[in-house]
Amino acid sequence: MIAASVPLQRPPDAKLLVADRSGRVRHMERSTLVGLFEAGDLVIANDAATLPASLVGRHLPSGHVIEARLAGRNSLALDQVKIFSAVLFGAGDFHLRTEDRQLPPQVQAGDRVALGSLHATVASLLDHPRLVALEFDGSPREIWEGLARHGQPIQYSHLPERLAIWDTWTPIAGPPVAFEPPSASFVLDWNALASMRARRVRFATITHAAGISSTGDAELDALLPLDEPYRIPASTATAIGTVRAQGGRIVAIGTTVVRALEHAARVDGIVRAGEGLATQRIGASSELRIVDAIVSGTHERGNSHYELLRAFADDETLGRIDQELNAHAYRTHEFGDSVFLESAHRGSRAVVPRSAAA
Amino acid sequence: MTTTHDSDTSRSPQTRHRARDAFDGTRVAITGGTSGLGLALVRELLGRGATVAFVARTRDAVERVAAEDANSHGVVGDVSRKEDTHPIAMQILGALGGLDVLINGASDLGPTPLALLADTECEDFERALATNVLGPFRLTKALLGSLASSAREGSGAVVLNVSSDAAVSAYSRWGAYGVSKAALHHMSRIWHEEIAAEGIAVLSLDPEDMDTPMHAAAVPDADRSLLKRPEVAAREFADAIAAALPVRAAASELMATEFPG
Ligand SMILES: NC(=O)c1ccc[n+]([C@@H]2O[C@H](COP(=O)([O-])OP(=O)(O)OC[C@H]3O[C@@H](n4cnc5c(N)ncnc54)[C@H](OP(=O)(O)O)[C@@H]3O)[C@@H](O)[C@H]2O)c1
Repeated sequence: MIAASVPLQRPPDAKLLVADRSGRVRHMERSTLVGLFEAGDLVIANDAATLPASLVGRHLPSGHVIEARLAGRNSLALDQVKIFSAVLFGAGDFHLRTEDRQLPPQVQAGDRVALGSLHATVASLLDHPRLVALEFDGSPREIWEGLARHGQPIQYSHLPERLAIWDTWTPIAGPPVAFEPPSASFVLDWNALASMRARRVRFATITHAAGISSTGDAELDALLPLDEPYRIPASTATAIGTVRAQGGRIVAIGTTVVRALEHAARVDGIVRAGEGLATQRIGASSELRIVDAIVSGTHERGNSHYELLRAFADDETLGRIDQELNAHAYRTHEFGDSVFLESAHRGSRAVVPRSAAA
Repeated sequence: MTTTHDSDTSRSPQTRHRARDAFDGTRVAITGGTSGLGLALVRELLGRGATVAFVARTRDAVERVAAEDANSHGVVGDVSRKEDTHPIAMQILGALGGLDVLINGASDLGPTPLALLADTECEDFERALATNVLGPFRLTKALLGSLASSAREGSGAVVLNVSSDAAVSAYSRWGAYGVSKAALHHMSRIWHEEIAAEGIAVLSLDPEDMDTPMHAAAVPDADRSLLKRPEVAAREFADAIAAALPVRAAASELMATEFPG
């Protein structure tokens, strides 16, 4: 696949590969996506807006330039904005591929960093010398102002121009809690929501703090995805119960929606309203208890997004999809083309207990 | 449901209490919250139980107003600047977690002293359009996902754009301002047509001539005793917002039936 090099969220020529549950593949124009949804389906998107999570500044003990990419937090609570996990990079800007960037200086717990108007302490090292917990000075208000004024969206070396914050917010963006865009939602504009309503397709959202997608370091990437907090609104939980009881499909827009919903349902197969922390990895052996189909970007074999697709389809089907994506010159990465993948297991799972419909 | 509730007739303690409950937990953002009508709205809505984030350019004034009440959150930003849109939206959402009501009140008069269109500098016209039309457009767009999410939860959502009689009447010397307010008014009507189905009501309301610094800048020799107090306009606007929020409207109707007054 080729990298999408223009930060257009909905390019008019965007492509969509559709694989139904028996593994049959066809190609569509992505602008006709809504036509794939049926009356009675529930489409669920992640409405997280994207933080300007890249903060450039200095590691004070060494005086070296560093870039801290905020990568995770443990809760969406309003006052919990002091501590973030962050991946550190050395000097150099986004034109360099992350794997070619200078390494950051060695950091230790207790080191101070200055990032624009923000100051922080390295609270601890996490499971890698470049993955740290940063604790910011100041009140939540001061931290938000510092992030809003000094932060830049995380940049990608395959894009020739610097991304602006508005390039990274999906049309439906709500709370600014994602570290990189929940880019599958780029497909949805307000016109698509209106078309869904006209077709009696329901729409709901969750808020999931989508973490960083890759770091350019194989050891670090192996730790992804980090734990991600999410919130499920009451109306979404209710709609899931109703739609499942009536036999409609639950269609997830993006891998983060799958992770949140399947995490919420892990105990008894029921999604309840409230906040949670998704810690699980989804892969070939995961059972999907809630989600029947996914709309996703085109992912490269090996990364955690691709692994998640293995819960939907077997390797033979995914292999054929890969060949088709390559043969038809699909674009990959955040601003690339999309796939619609129906779970091969749909219909085979146990009948929903009546209480789940309440 | 049988009693029609006239919110303006009595101001008994009970009525006040009811009015207060109507906004409990409601998350409101107000641009232009440090002076005149915007400041009066900040205080009125806080008084009725809302949590409020407000925006203005002057840091000292923002900090002064924020210090009045722990439930208010000040954001320093300029709504006329495209680059400020997302930082403003982010700080509003960071403080409130979501949004039920957006009030676009910040406004620019165009040239002061007011001038004939023929004498209006393009830059002054552009600033009026940027502040009064593009700013509210951009901020509404950036916050629309949050407003829609609130509407899906059943609590409704309202955008209130502060209009003016200059939006409809062709007053000499009010060209830049009048054109921008006319555009804002029409934009409000189109937004409303388009997003009512998402559960978001868009209101465009004229507060009428008020005794504020902006009025003094526009009409320095006005008889201030004839002007409305911004607190009065703020109360009327708060009532109009409450009426447009389905849950609150239903709740106040229910209470009106329980306590006919
Ligand atoms: N007063 C009247 O008679 C009257 C009549 C009809 C309609 N209105 C409308 O009512 C609204 C309020 O008017 P007012 O008389 O109360 O005005 P005001 O006293 O002059 O207050 C304006 C407020 O907006 C802020 N503001 C101005 N430009 C801004 C910008 N670019 N970005 C962010 N904040 C900005 C100001 O603070 P900073 O300067 O620090 O930014 C201040 O807090 C306006 O929409 C006005 O058009 C007024």
